[in-house]
Amino acid sequence: MSAELLELTAARAAERVRAGELSARELFETYRERAAGENLGAFLWVATEAPETSADAPLGGVPLAVKDLFCVEGVPTTAASRILEGHRPAYTATSVARLAKAGAPMLGKTNMDEFAMGSSNESSGFGPVTNPWDRERVPGGSSGGSAAAVAAGLAPWAIGTDTGGSIRQPASLCGLVGLKPTYGAVSRYGMIAFASSLDQAGPLTRDVRDAALLFGHMVGRDPCDSTSLDFPGELGEPSAERLDGIRFGVPANLTGDGVEPGVQQVFESTLATIEELGGEVERVDLPNADHGLSAYYLLAPAEASANLARYDGVRFGTRSGNGDLLSMYEDTRGDGFGDEVKRRIMLGTYALSSGYYDALYGKAQRVRTKIAEDFRTAFDRVDVIVTPTSPSVAFRLGERTGDPYAMYLSDYFTVPMSLAGIPALSLPGGLSEGLPVGVQLAGPAFSEGRLLDAAHALERAIGFDGSPARG
Amino acid sequence: MAEPAHNFEPVIGLEIHVQLRTRTKMFCGCALSFGDEPNTHTCPVCLGHPGTLPVVNAQAVRYGLMIGLALGCTPAERSLFHRKNYFYPDLPKGYQISQYDIPLCREGRLGDVRIHRVHLEEDAAKLTHAGTSGRIHGAEASVVDFNRGGTPLVEIVTEPDLRSAEEAAEWARLLRATLKRLGVSDVNMDEGSLRVDANVSVRPAGQAVLGTKTELKNMNSFTFLRRGVEAEIARQTGLIGAGERVQQETLHYDPQSGSLTSLRSKEESHDYRYFPEPDLVALAPAQELLDEIRAAIPELPAQRAERLKTEHDLPEETARLFAFRTELGDLYEQALGGGDPRIVANWVKNDLVPRLGDTDPDAWKVTPQALAALLALVADGSISQGAAKQVLDELVANGGEPAPIVEEQGLALAGEDELAGIVERAMEQEADAVEKIRAGNTKAIGAIVGAVMRETKGRADGGEVQRLVRERLEAQ
Repeated sequence: MSAELLELTAARAAERVRAGELSARELFETYRERAAGENLGAFLWVATEAPETSADAPLGGVPLAVKDLFCVEGVPTTAASRILEGHRPAYTATSVARLAKAGAPMLGKTNMDEFAMGSSNESSGFGPVTNPWDRERVPGGSSGGSAAAVAAGLAPWAIGTDTGGSIRQPASLCGLVGLKPTYGAVSRYGMIAFASSLDQAGPLTRDVRDAALLFGHMVGRDPCDSTSLDFPGELGEPSAERLDGIRFGVPANLTGDGVEPGVQQVFESTLATIEELGGEVERVDLPNADHGLSAYYLLAPAEASANLARYDGVRFGTRSGNGDLLSMYEDTRGDGFGDEVKRRIMLGTYALSSGYYDALYGKAQRVRTKIAEDFRTAFDRVDVIVTPTSPSVAFRLGERTGDPYAMYLSDYFTVPMSLAGIPALSLPGGLSEGLPVGVQLAGPAFSEGRLLDAAHALERAIGFDGSPARG
Repeated sequence: MAEPAHNFEPVIGLEIHVQLRTRTKMFCGCALSFGDEPNTHTCPVCLGHPGTLPVVNAQAVRYGLMIGLALGCTPAERSLFHRKNYFYPDLPKGYQISQYDIPLCREGRLGDVRIHRVHLEEDAAKLTHAGTSGRIHGAEASVVDFNRGGTPLVEIVTEPDLRSAEEAAEWARLLRATLKRLGVSDVNMDEGSLRVDANVSVRPAGQAVLGTKTELKNMNSFTFLRRGVEAEIARQTGLIGAGERVQQETLHYDPQSGSLTSLRSKEESHDYRYFPEPDLVALAPAQELLDEIRAAIPELPAQRAERLKTEHDLPEETARLFAFRTELGDLYEQALGGGDPRIVANWVKNDLVPRLGDTDPDAWKVTPQALAALLALVADGSISQGAAKQVLDELVANGGEPAPIVEEQGLALAGEDELAGIVERAMEQEADAVEKIRAGNTKAIGAIVGAVMRETKGRADGGEVQRLVRERLEAQ
């Protein structure tokens, strides 16, 4: 029973539960045992018992892995940082509450890069996560635990967060579908902030249909998040099988150079599939996209430097020091934050400093505006922009930890969409050296429905087998 | 305190922080409070817990706009919130949400002083330091009460248009009265709901360029404001006179000793690393909202003082008293009826104000109707001025209507019939006086009038008594 159960996508499992053919409790317990006994480092906390869920809830009681960036009342929530060790929030994040209400109870909290700062999950304060496709390799990051959990069948589906690629890149490296929504589509309330103007929550799932189902229950304006918006129009179940008349734009500067040959090959075969399905592929220009990474690594750290100021030892989390104010600040933060977090706080503090603000933060904001304009211009000509999600397949643990810049390059193709606030998803395009390769589809704001539909057609045609050896 | 040397001109600008009287805090749903058990009005948002987000209090925006419009400012079409970053235990997020390059309103005027800007922000929490230092450094322990943290604040910044400490205190009084009239704040300097900082510099008279300024903090009354600024003007003038330079710094005024101590110099000043608050969207007030707020602004003290001077012909001092103390002005205007403004105003100012003292206007027992009725009794000769003051004592102490009090206490003026007998007896008793009057000493009539007054306990009209005395003398 258990093995067969694990083969079900979340949407199918939900259907079975709703049809009375499967017990939600059994489903939860099966996954709970797997999550509690896993050895990838994917979970930081696993629920001890199945919560009560109504049998006719739309998500059928299918358990959900939740990135440790989401606050859940009474449940340890650390953002994978030592500075929040022992922190149990007094409230629950809107996304988690909405999904629980819709029938996706929380299975556990997943590991991640500390405060979502990283592309390999190696910056976690609680140890790295390994990729179920190859235990020597990283799952990507920062939502690495969520991605590994779903890829390894430790959870039917998961939510993560994406600031510059943190859902899409791990989805790519783990052979999953990952969606970063339009900025404002999903409430950020209760999501521990990294870079507030970029952070968005989204699904990591085995297939496009699961992603659409989960996403549909995350969207909507939240009175607790002033930047959230009502999702315009309906989000139906993706059903397209063809891509007739849909125009796909390939930005020359977001493919080719710096892309591993195996990844490029999968990307090109995906373009061929698009054409076979009736889609049109053409070149499109995003002239400023090459500056995306530079702008991102000023803006995101700048916001982070303020967002992380609250970890001062006064009210929550850990406290160090010899009792005087300055030592409390210095030692609490010195002991509690990892290297990558400290690096970004310093970068961001510098970028906002008087005398440097215009040249750094100000200029980065202007680049951001230019990139958003580039996308708007491009979307006058094409419906979807398509790129590889990551320049490489999953890399080896430790391979890039000594070289932050090499690590940052992992986000080269995903960061421009984040800066523009537009939706983008990664879907598996195939394998290279036996490892998954993701393809990124991006569209104008609130075009998630169209993106998921196009991804659905591609997914059918590609026929990716998304299961590494599930033991 | 020494007067500033005559050849130096002080230049003063004020920065005023006003706690708004909203029901809830600036960015969360916690109730505002004062003096409650510490940390009982807090939530994850105002404690800066991970993952929380601010949501702007619409009433605070409304009050902020009302202040801006009342001060003649132009509201920004889209004003922005910024983060002001610094570490301190009373600042839970490690930044204060404030406004920076595009404030809610700018460029207005109150009286002779131009308003530079009006912006919204959140208040910090309250720190208490145990130990002898009284400051965080050297304290045995420091505790934080987050009840105040997140209280909506409006900061009002003036242009440097004030030229003396007295002018600064006087203008601050006008601003306080204006804010009180708007009903947007308790404007209580003791409790910190109105806080005034002063930027002070001096320059040689006639010089256009401003001198180096210092910022004075902690002057929690108008008197301390005046004294603090006076002290700083004297200090700066002294420095320059001695050939030294004024350093740009922030100074703490100690009202007990009157001393000024440096909080931080320019070199030590914070780099606040302002940047736009990404958790909030721009404030873009709709025209209808602005129209509605404008319509809701009552007559303000400056306008009222002007009207009472010109239309009621009241002296400057009385007009300002009624304009600055809104409840007093209201009582005066409501009691006025068809009466003579100057007479009613004199009663209020000279007789009522001393009797009311510092009583909270909400607790006043005397009504404008009762006051009007009392003054009518005086005007039509039913009671004497002296009796009226007795009635006023009763009205202030216990309320009620004047007529029954007059009746109860037997204060009505004696009629001619009753008076005739009393006058006759008084003339018999004061025979010496009668003789003196006959001998040509008219002033001696006072003794007879006095006797009548004693007998009637003040119920007699002096003029009437004199008339009756003369009548009888002529008849004899």
